[in-house]
Amino acid sequence: MKEDRVAADALTAGTGSTAGAPLISVEDLHTSFHVAEGEVKAVSGVSFTLDRGQTLGIVGESGSGKTVLARSIMRLNLGSNVVTTGSAVFEGRDLLGLSSADMRSLWGTELAMVFQDPMTSLNPLVRVGRQVTEHLRQHFGVSRAAARQTAIDLLTEVRIPDAEVRLRAFPHELSGGMRQRVSIAIALACEPAVLFADEPTTALDVTVQHQILNLLGREQRERQMAMVLVTHDLGVVAGRTDETIVMYAGKVVEQAPTGRLFSDMRHPYSEALLRSIPRIGQPSHTRLAAITGRPPDLVNPPSGCSFSPRCPYVQARCVEEAPPLAATDDPDHRFACWTPVGSPEARDSFGRNLAAGLPQTVVVGGAVAGRSQGLADTIADDGAGA
Amino acid sequence: MPVPESSTPRHGVIRTALRTMPWITRICAFWLLVVIVTAITADLIPRLPDPNYQAFVFGLGETLESPSWNHWLGTDNVSRDILARVIYGARVSLIFATFCVASGLVFGGLLGSTVGFVRGRTEGIVMYLVDVVLAFPALVFFLFVVTMLNSHGLAVLCGVVGFLTIAPYTRVARANALAVSNREFVTAARAIGTAKRRILFREILPNVYPTLWSYSLLVAAVLIILESTLSFLGIGVQIPTASWGGMINEGRRDIAINIWPMVPPIFALVVTILSFNRVADWLRNTTAVRSAAL
Repeated sequence: MKEDRVAADALTAGTGSTAGAPLISVEDLHTSFHVAEGEVKAVSGVSFTLDRGQTLGIVGESGSGKTVLARSIMRLNLGSNVVTTGSAVFEGRDLLGLSSADMRSLWGTELAMVFQDPMTSLNPLVRVGRQVTEHLRQHFGVSRAAARQTAIDLLTEVRIPDAEVRLRAFPHELSGGMRQRVSIAIALACEPAVLFADEPTTALDVTVQHQILNLLGREQRERQMAMVLVTHDLGVVAGRTDETIVMYAGKVVEQAPTGRLFSDMRHPYSEALLRSIPRIGQPSHTRLAAITGRPPDLVNPPSGCSFSPRCPYVQARCVEEAPPLAATDDPDHRFACWTPVGSPEARDSFGRNLAAGLPQTVVVGGAVAGRSQGLADTIADDGAGA
Repeated sequence: MPVPESSTPRHGVIRTALRTMPWITRICAFWLLVVIVTAITADLIPRLPDPNYQAFVFGLGETLESPSWNHWLGTDNVSRDILARVIYGARVSLIFATFCVASGLVFGGLLGSTVGFVRGRTEGIVMYLVDVVLAFPALVFFLFVVTMLNSHGLAVLCGVVGFLTIAPYTRVARANALAVSNREFVTAARAIGTAKRRILFREILPNVYPTLWSYSLLVAAVLIILESTLSFLGIGVQIPTASWGGMINEGRRDIAINIWPMVPPIFALVVTILSFNRVADWLRNTTAVRSAAL
């Protein structure tokens, strides 16, 4: 079985993806839902490319469009009120233009997904073993005995002890972490080329999160899969992805190779996300640096930059004109902001906003004062100047 | 490291549910069991008289008798044994209810689940027809068919009401299929390339039917009342076939002489309906996927 897999991998590597072209390339993807109140622009203008063996992280808070983005590429958004435009080219074929029959032949075997909540993503009335092997038998006509052996192999591979016994278990008899392992086994069963992991650890305990992320990472390396890791946690993305997209209100606000994103974070929203992660070194009872305000209404987004109502560095220009997603000196690092973090403009407007008592700026000012001396100094200087 | 056999907890759930069954529900379940078993084995019960044997024809039997050793539940106006007629009457009620419920489960369950999953124009048309059927008074429709066919009896009753039963089942099944279709495991099944038909049969139907099973007992109770009503009105099963509603009707005429002949069928009807409802409630509570934490 193992040899077959390696051979299959070699085969796809040889024949697949025309030389040079990335495995999957998404260009200017827009998804909107038409509802009674108007058009909800859930995803607007996302582009990225992804190669075999690479991992892309998509980060953003709830409602920022990251799940819809993943589901749009997978073509899993149901309903007649969903409109997706742009292109998502996978091995030379645009997924958005494929018939549902063609899509079905790609689902599972080429594109697979691990869902957020393992409590609901497994059929409660079907035994685990059957759920793991069902589509193997369906896609490849594997015999019952062979399918059973594969199921045992897969469950062992995702570190489920006593796989042979667990095959007969129903989902409710397993813990959350176990169920997510089963979901991963199901997603991996048909050797997909791209794995979408949609917040795979959000519903799990922190200790289990770590195990599941490591498991995903290991499987991805061993199988040379491309992986899209959707999460709201910047900490999950760090060290596990090659490239990261930060999304806000359906738009990409910052996109960079992960290392560079963390070493040179430019967008105020990325910075706010990072700041909101509690740190172990902080004294107890430190106030959590939440982002003030709420995510914007996607039917009537704020004028200009969507983050402007919550941004500590906001200027008049931010409200008037939406900043484009553009690169500066580094072509791989793009962000959409008029007052990028660390720029003189940001420093100016921060001082001004602090003096004016803008709530989001004051909150950040207080939090920063307790944490980073460097920034606190600048704030103090600016405050004195203003 | 030994791991407990995974299938044992499931039987454990059923056993626990049976053990914690409230005593009233136990009595109800027992009554239903008695009714069903005696109805099925009526021909085999020793000493049970023929329900249509009219001893008075030969000048032997007494009519409108109260309970005695020979006739445990007394006799009716033409000296037939009431116990025998109650038991054979249960047979009619149960055959009718079973047939109609089966029709609803098979046709309504499949139809409702399918349209609830597929959606679109088909769903609109089917649900419109269902609404029409539900809006039409069943009694009037039945009278119409009986008049057109110029015959009535158990077969006509089953045919007409069996057809009408499809409508409520379609509605319940569709509502459940809609809810199930939106659950994540259906999307997950799509995401691994499962064909639509397979999703319907493997993901939707198994999750819709548990609700329909417990719904069936409630429907059965309504159907038994309906059959009794029709027989009471004289358009149900044909005489001399015993049926609870018919017996109540026959007893009604001699109520001034002896009220007794009416009592057993009324008691049987009321207790059976109560039992069906009670057991249905219990069954729904113990099998509900959410509350049983399955």
